[in-house]
Formats: sequence, structure tokens, C-alpha cells
Amino acid sequence: MDLRFTSEEIAFRAEVRDFFESNLPPDIRRKQVLGQRLAKEDIVNWQRILNKKGWACPLWPVEYGGTGWDAVRYFIFKEESYRAYAPDALSHNITQSGPVICAFGTPEQKEFFLPKLRNMDIWMCQGFSEPGSGSDLASLKTRAVREGDHYIINGQKLWTTNGHRADWMYGLVRTSTDGKKQAGISYLLIDMKSPGVQVRPVVTLDNDHHTNETFFENVKVPVSNLIGEENKGWSIAKFALGNERAGIAKVGLSKARLALVKALAQRVEADGRPLAESPRFREKMALIETELKALEITNMMVVAAMAKGGSKQDPRTSVLKLKGSELQQATTELMLEVAGPHAMANQHEFLEARTGETVGPDWAGTSSPNYYFNRAVSIFGGSSEIQHNIVAKAVLGL
Amino acid sequence: MELQFTAEENAFRNEARDFFRSALPDAIRNRVQRGQHLAKEDIVAWQRILNKKGWATPMWPVELGGTGWDAVRYFIYKEEMTRANAPEPLGMNVHMVGPVIINFGTDEQKQFFLPKVQNLDIWFCQGFSEPGSGSDLASLKTSAVRDGDHYVINGQKIWTSGAHRADWMFGLFRTDPNAKKQRGISYILLDMKSAGVTVRPIITMDHGHTVNEVFFDNVRVPVKNLIGEENKGWSYAKFLLGNERVGIARVGFSAGRIAYAKAIAARTVVDGRPLAEHPRFREKMALIEVELKALEITNMMVVAGMKKSGPTQDPRTSVLKLKGTEIQQALCEILLEIAGPAALAHEHAFLEGSDELITAPEWNATAAPNYFRVRAATIYGGTSEVQRNVVAKGVLGL
Amino acid sequence: MDFDLSEEQRMLKESVDRLLEDRYSFEQRKTYTRAADGWSRELWKQYADLGLLGVPFSQDHGGFGGGPVETMILMEAFGKALVLEPYFATVILFGGAVKIAGSEAQKADLLPKVAEGKLLGAFAHSERDSRYDLADVKTTAKKDGTGWVLDGEKTVVIHGDCADKLVVSARVSGGQRDKDGLALFLVDAKAPGVTRKGYPTQDSLRAADITLKGVKVAASDVLGEPGKAYAAIEKIAQSAIQALSAEAVGGMQEMLDITVEYLKTRQQFGVPIGSFQALQHRAVDMLVATEQARSMAMFAAMMVDEKDAEERAKAISACKVHIGKSGRYVGQQSIQLHGGIGMTLEYKVGHYFIRSTMIEILFGDTDHHLAALARAGGLIPAGTTA
Repeated sequence: MDLRFTSEEIAFRAEVRDFFESNLPPDIRRKQVLGQRLAKEDIVNWQRILNKKGWACPLWPVEYGGTGWDAVRYFIFKEESYRAYAPDALSHNITQSGPVICAFGTPEQKEFFLPKLRNMDIWMCQGFSEPGSGSDLASLKTRAVREGDHYIINGQKLWTTNGHRADWMYGLVRTSTDGKKQAGISYLLIDMKSPGVQVRPVVTLDNDHHTNETFFENVKVPVSNLIGEENKGWSIAKFALGNERAGIAKVGLSKARLALVKALAQRVEADGRPLAESPRFREKMALIETELKALEITNMMVVAAMAKGGSKQDPRTSVLKLKGSELQQATTELMLEVAGPHAMANQHEFLEARTGETVGPDWAGTSSPNYYFNRAVSIFGGSSEIQHNIVAKAVLGL
Repeated sequence: MELQFTAEENAFRNEARDFFRSALPDAIRNRVQRGQHLAKEDIVAWQRILNKKGWATPMWPVELGGTGWDAVRYFIYKEEMTRANAPEPLGMNVHMVGPVIINFGTDEQKQFFLPKVQNLDIWFCQGFSEPGSGSDLASLKTSAVRDGDHYVINGQKIWTSGAHRADWMFGLFRTDPNAKKQRGISYILLDMKSAGVTVRPIITMDHGHTVNEVFFDNVRVPVKNLIGEENKGWSYAKFLLGNERVGIARVGFSAGRIAYAKAIAARTVVDGRPLAEHPRFREKMALIEVELKALEITNMMVVAGMKKSGPTQDPRTSVLKLKGTEIQQALCEILLEIAGPAALAHEHAFLEGSDELITAPEWNATAAPNYFRVRAATIYGGTSEVQRNVVAKGVLGL
Repeated sequence: MDFDLSEEQRMLKESVDRLLEDRYSFEQRKTYTRAADGWSRELWKQYADLGLLGVPFSQDHGGFGGGPVETMILMEAFGKALVLEPYFATVILFGGAVKIAGSEAQKADLLPKVAEGKLLGAFAHSERDSRYDLADVKTTAKKDGTGWVLDGEKTVVIHGDCADKLVVSARVSGGQRDKDGLALFLVDAKAPGVTRKGYPTQDSLRAADITLKGVKVAASDVLGEPGKAYAAIEKIAQSAIQALSAEAVGGMQEMLDITVEYLKTRQQFGVPIGSFQALQHRAVDMLVATEQARSMAMFAAMMVDEKDAEERAKAISACKVHIGKSGRYVGQQSIQLHGGIGMTLEYKVGHYFIRSTMIEILFGDTDHHLAALARAGGLIPAGTTA
């Protein structure tokens, strides 16, 4: 057991830190610090900077553009990225569809998609959930019927995040109704420009357009866009679920937010002194920091086990997701509390970074929508209740 | 809507307060306040004082020794009694077996038992739970087989509070092994001196002896000790459950604990000043006081409703039990925190009522055992989980 | 003690419930948000016709002669329906300020107009740096002959955009956070020197930032004695918290009801998700929090007119602490139990969540009031150690 990073790992950390400090465009950083929404171009630009450096998709096999890092280095990379307020890579490209294509795609699919995914020449969205299929995803109903060289798709997807920005969708569709519900599902790539695809915005509590409903009416998709075998889509999708374990807790993100909260609490006067000096505020911060430190160590233990080739189904992953989302929510709650009355105005244009003008101080202008929006982190990607079920069954044997 | 007590109610409160102040022996008051266990004689002595005043069994019918108070007066009585650090009358006698005999007993049973139950000439214990029947009480197995004028009882009860002090037991026994589980149960009174009854102590985490196992080996009980009809015992036991709702939240008791905790905190020096002056301590305390105040009002609303329409299945009753026990636990935690290292010494003799202390100040000496012991508050009398099941089904219709 | 409604109170409740049931479905509410003011002038008139706008005012002033219980009844109903109209700003805050601090002449002039629905008001008190400190006022009032001249900036004045008249707090003497030296003034919203910037708030209400530049106020428009207004400001805030706590309870009950209904109808894995015990118990905890919050709203109603200022302040802080905490819990869990649909603006439960978040902020958040209550010694006096 060695409870410290090696000197190579520390040197790597310094390298990554330098890179982020000198390469992250200041306007993107500023938006991130202020909690504003990024434009599509911001995300694309940043991904291309990473791609140029060779860091666009660290965990992919080296021959497709991966870095060959072990889990510890990847963890360091993610942590530093949050510390620098860099945007997350688009997970639909980098941790979802990319690795799936690397593992299950045909040579043609790999050649066409992988370079474009890495460089964000193609923006992917996910077509999994449906109105009747949330936690019970395998009950999905959107049909794909084979007709010659094509599938004909009919049905509806829900929670298609960034569907309005996306060029392609990786989706789960029902190709068979025989047997167990998981057995009739296929994993398909769908061009969002295909006739019959319709995207309708779903506005969330932050008054923003992140997500959509997507309707399919007789959409023709070439059979060559099928990933892996027909009716094997469920296991392919499950393969991708474990992909983002190293970063799922987002410890670095919560740390960066806490640092921000502390700085801002210095500027806010409460009862005649900076809020940062109120014992109750400090103790609340300290409690969250303690939880976060515990999670960081858990995270490192999971990561170290992964680096040694440990099981992909480490149950601690659920702990990372559970506590990680709790802490992300706690930090946005703190930010809201620091903002106080400044959080009341609806400053949608500022949130969208279309204006620099705010009612109160600019740092408080996004605190309430970001608080609302973070309520979703314990819902998506397997709700906290589902994570509890997983741990109860897989770890505790209940 | 009238949100204040009437003048008559306030006058009654003063009368009750004066009585408890002057009639309660100092030795008993001190033991209750310090969290020490009471001797059997303490409890008997106090109940007889109450009985002399006519206040031992307020909610019994007037002709059988009740006071004729409405629910509001009874609530005031309970509040004032607990605030005065008086022990409560023995629940097993006053709330449990007494009302059952009153409602379902024969004239002979009433004549023999009620005056003795009231004056604590007979001490009753409850024989309900069994090793295999906890939350699922109706699965109980201890059998009572008819043999001429007697039942012959075989089996085992557990968690029998006060069995080692008791003269009699009221118990549930299976008289028809073939009926549906609730239907084959009878409610029988049993003399603890009967041949074949063995009481074995169970020592709880506080090193105290409160509960027991009771074994029955061919114990013969006269049929005249059956309450009501054979195989109808379950409905008599259920009748009891709603009986002690007025006092179930123990608001007065918790208020007394808060006052005591504040007094102790005022003489406990931490970082050079009394703990009672530390903002964090004050805020923690205030948070519990807020919860308790809410519970007090909820309690008054339930009580006012009962005054108008008699015992009803008010859903807030479960709130009273759930929150009431949570608050009792929170207060014992606070008392433990105040004690700090003074809680470490094992002051068992003091806990059992001696005035002798090894090292701890008298106000800290019972903090640890009482903290351990109060964990049971959310377990007995319907666990918090069972309470939630009851509300989910009965109130929310889930 | 009697928690049942009197005949009059029951009629009041029935009339407001009936009106809101008819006119305040979630879809109808959407159409009101699209009006110029963000609320319905037509419904405002109906409130006036039903006598709702005069509920807390005495009958001499064209009111209903109601007390805290009547306010509780109305605000709870408004909370259930997420009412947009400026009742809180006009009746509770502005009307409350006039009632608490005004002279008989001022009351006789203004309150009947409010009750008739002819005058909209707002309470221009909070400033950019004042946060939750009621004494923190930088806006100045300087003597000018017999009258006064006001200069300063007010922020997030709820419904300050549509108000006809404002109650403005300003400092006549002392330092920025001194309790001494405050005064309240009646200012016409269109008076020379007053500029307003209106904007929507998170919860689909409206507010304004208001700048006062050399605004002249006649001596007859001073509320109470200049320099001594702090007690009145505190009382206005306490009445506001009493009203908000009832509104919050209405919202919590609605969130609970909507969530339970969803648990019964939403099917996953072939069964209603309400059949899962983990979700049932969460719903029960929401109920417990709601019932406890209701009790604290009652407590606020009992105590808001308490003569002992210290006891009153403690009680109101205790109420706000509970409302803040339980509102946050019920709100967050109602979203969580809905899953994705709870996150959307198309679905109603999120709107209640947002409103309860704003209620926690209004007139002091949980931490603020907890600290105040703790400093004041809590609700239960210390005993003795025998």
C-alpha cells in the first residue's frame, strides 16, 4: 500500500495543470466560473484544442486516439480539468458512443465515426429513455423494422439532451418483441437530418433548453448503422455505462465550486461581517469538505483498483455516483445561500451569456437556475434510488 | 379557530403545575431529572400519590376512577407532569390493560383487577412479542390449549418490559393454530407466580435490566382469565394501539430535557467559555426546539380534534410517534455531546439510583447509557418503519 | 383552544377555494403569466369584489376585520394555486406597513383604496448589500422645509414594477446598520425622481429595482415618527413571514399531493412506482415535514400579534427556520420522486419547488433565522441542574 501519488504522477499533474492554465480560452473559463451556459462553439473549440494535444479521448484504445493512461492518470486529468474550470468533454461522444464503436463497430464505422467524434465534427446525442421507460429502460418501445437494407423507425424518445445541437444519435430501438424485454433491443446510429426525425424542446426548471423529445416517423436508417449484432443492443449499452466511473463523482467539480463559494462568501456581508466569517457558514462548509475528502479517497481507491485491472463492476462506483451527486447538489445549494436575495431575479439572458448585465452582482446571476438544474444529477444516469437498489442487491446481497 | 388556551384551561394548568410541584417527592424528581432508573417502590409510591388525588387514570370512565377530563385537559396534565420531572403512571396498567378490562372484561374481572391496577397493587407486564414475531406480531406462536377449566400455555415471549417486577401479565396467545393468523389469537391474563413461568433478564446496551425473556412450560391458567371471546384477542390488542396518542409525542418530557441540557451546558466550560454561549451549540439546540414546537402544535391539533370527535384515526398520530421519538433521540445525543469525556466512565450504580459517583459530575453520569437506551424509542411500540408503512397505506393510499 | 374554522372563516375559505378552483388551473395560470404585468387584472377585480383585498383591514377601513388566521386561510389557498397577483406586495406588505405605521388619516385614505382594488402598493426596503439585515439601509432622507428628500437605490422590490404607491424606507440619521434613524415614507411610484426597472423573478412573479433621486416627500406622507421606524419595519417583516409560511404550507401540501398521485400512476417494471417501499417512506417523510410546517404556520399565526416583542421575534424566526427547512426538503423530494418530468417547466411540480425556494430566501433564510433564534436563547428557557 502506498498512500501517495508517485513522483511521475505528480509530474504528470503539473504538466496537465500547466496545459489547462495556458490553453483554456479565458472567455470559456469566465463563463464556467459565472455558471453561464456554453455555446455549442465553446464546447467544440475546447474539444479541438484537446484533440490537437492528443487528449481528446484519453480512455480510448491508443490506436483510435487514446492516450494509454492508466486510471490514476485519467483521474488526475479530470481533476485538473475541473480545477481549471474547463468544460467536461461531451460524454455522448467521448465516453458513450466512442468506446462502443471502438469495441463493437465495423472497420467502416470506426473509420467514419471515430475521428469525427474525437474532433467534434459530429455531435452525438443519446436516444435511450422514452416517456414510459425511465428507470425501467428495457421496457422501451420505439420500433425498428427491417425492410431490405434499412430499418424503419417509429416511436418517441425523451430526455434527448442536446438533441437540437446533435448531428447523430446513438439509440436503443426495439427490433424484436419475442423473449425477455432486454433481448429484443438493438443499438443503432441515426442521422438526425433523416426525414421523419422531429426534435421538440423540453424546457427545464432553469428555464433553459438542454433537452428534448425526439419523434420518429418512418425514419429510414441503413442497416450498416447497426452496432454489433441485432438484438444485442442491451449488453452494448451496459458496456458503456461503466465507462465514466473514474470521473463519475466529479470531486474536482465540487472542489472548484467550493473554492468559488468561499471566495464569494468573503464578499458578502451578513450581519455586519463577511459571511465567510460566520461560524455556522464555516461549519457547513467544513462538513461538506469532510464528505468531499472521504469521497475523493474512495474515488482514488476505485481508480487504483481499476489501474490494476480490477473488476469493472466495482460496487463502490454506486457510492461515487450517490455521494458525488449529493455533494454537487450541496455545493449549488451553498452557492444559492451565498447569493441570498440576489438569487431572486430571473436573469435568463445572462445565464445564456447573451448579456453581461445583471440585476445584482454577476457572480450571483446564475445561482438559482444552477441550483434547480443540479437537482437532476441525482436523477439521470441511474437515479439515487436505483443506485441504492444496486448496492442493496449486488453488495449487501439483499 | 381559537389558537389560545381558554382561561379555564390556563387555570387548570396552574392547578396541575402546583400539584406536581408540591406532591412529587424530591428524591424521585432528582432521579428523573438526572436520568437515573427508578426503583419499583418509586413508581408505586408516585402512582399511589396520584391515585389519592384521583389523577392516576384520568381517561378511564368516571365511575371507574377517571377524571372526566376532555383531551385538552388531559394533554395539559401530561405536559405538566413530565415538565415537573414526575414519572408517568405505569403505562402497562393505565393505558394498556386497564382500558381493555374496562371495555371487554367481565364484571368479576373489573371488580378484581381495576382498583389494583389503578393503585399499582398489581403490576402488569405485556406478553406480546416473540423471538419470531416482531413487526409481524400476528405470526406469534406461544400456544394456549384448552384443558377443562384451564388453558395450558407453552412457548416464549421476549422484550417483556418489567417482567421481573410484574405480578401479572396480559398476553396474546394462539388458541387456534388453524385459523388465519390474526384470527386464532386470544387475550389472556396470567399470574406471573404460576408454576412453569421462567423470567430471564436481557441486559441492554445501557447495562440496565428493563426487559426480559419469559418462558412458559405447561403453565396452567384458569379460563376465567380470558378477556372477551376466545380467538378475538387481536381486535382487543388493536383497540389499545390508539389509546395513548395524546401523550405519545412526549413533548413535555422533551421540553424538560431541553431545559436541563441548557442548564448543564451553562456550567460546562469549552474553549474558555460556557458551552451554552457557543453559537453552534445554541443553533443545534434551537433547531431541536423548533421541531419540538412544531410537534407541540401538531399534538394540540390532534388533541383538539379528539376533544370534539373522540378518538379518531387522525393520520397525525403517526407523526407524533415518528417525530416525538426522533426528538427524544436527538436530545439524548445532545446530552451525550455536552458530557463529552465525562460520559466515558461506567457509572452503573448511579444509573441504578445510588447517589455515589466514581468520577463523573452527576449531570453527565447517565448521558451515555441513556443515549444507548433511547435508540429503542424508534423500535418499540411500532418501529418508525412500521409507522411509515401505516401512513403510506392509511393516509397516502400507496 | 379550537383549531376548527368559525362559520365566517369557513365561508372565506370556501369562496377563495372555489374561485381558484375555477380560475387557477395550471393552464389558466400560464395565460396570466403572459399578461403585461405577469398577472390578471381581471382576477384582481374579483378578489376585490369578494372582499379578499381587505381581509386584514378593519371594517372602518373598508376591510373584513380579519386577523392572522384569515390571512393564513387566504395565503395557504394562494400557495396551493401559485397565485401570481400582487396580494403579498399590496395587501400584506404595503397595506401592512400602512396599518402598522400609518396615522389614522393615512389608513383612512389608503386602506379602503387597497381593499377596493384601486391601489397597488409595494414595500421598497431591501438594498443591494442589505441581505437579511432589516436595519441595513443606505437610502437617505434629508429634511427639506417641512418635507423630505429621498436619495438611494432599492432592489428586488416585489411587484414594484406595477405598484402605484411605494412604502420606502430611508435613513434620517445614524450609520448604515443602526436600528435608530430609520423612517418610512409614502412615495408615488410616478413621482419625479423615481425610476423603476422591472424584471421577472425566478418564480414567475415580478420585481423592480428602484432608484430615488431627489424625490420630494410631503410631511403628510411620512409613516410614523422619522428615526423610529425600525420596530415597524420588523413588524412588517414578521407579518410578511406569517403570511409566507401559510403560503409555503399550501405549496408543500400541493407538492405532496401531486407527488403521491404520480407515484400511484407512473408505471415502471410493470407496477406503479408507489408500490416500492423506499418511495413510500420518502412520501411519508414529505407528509411529516408538511404537517410539522403547518403547525409552525399555526404558531406564527398565534404569535404574530404577541405583545412581547422578544417572544414574538423568536416565534417568527422559529417558524421561518422550519418553513425553510421543510420547504426545501419537500421541494427537493417532490422533484426526485418524479424523476425527469419533475425537472421540466411544462410540469407543475417544479413551479412549486421554485416558489418554495424563493420563500426560503424572502425576509431571511434558514441560517439567518436560526442564528437569530439561537442568539435570543431559543424557545425554552434553561432549567436548573437540581
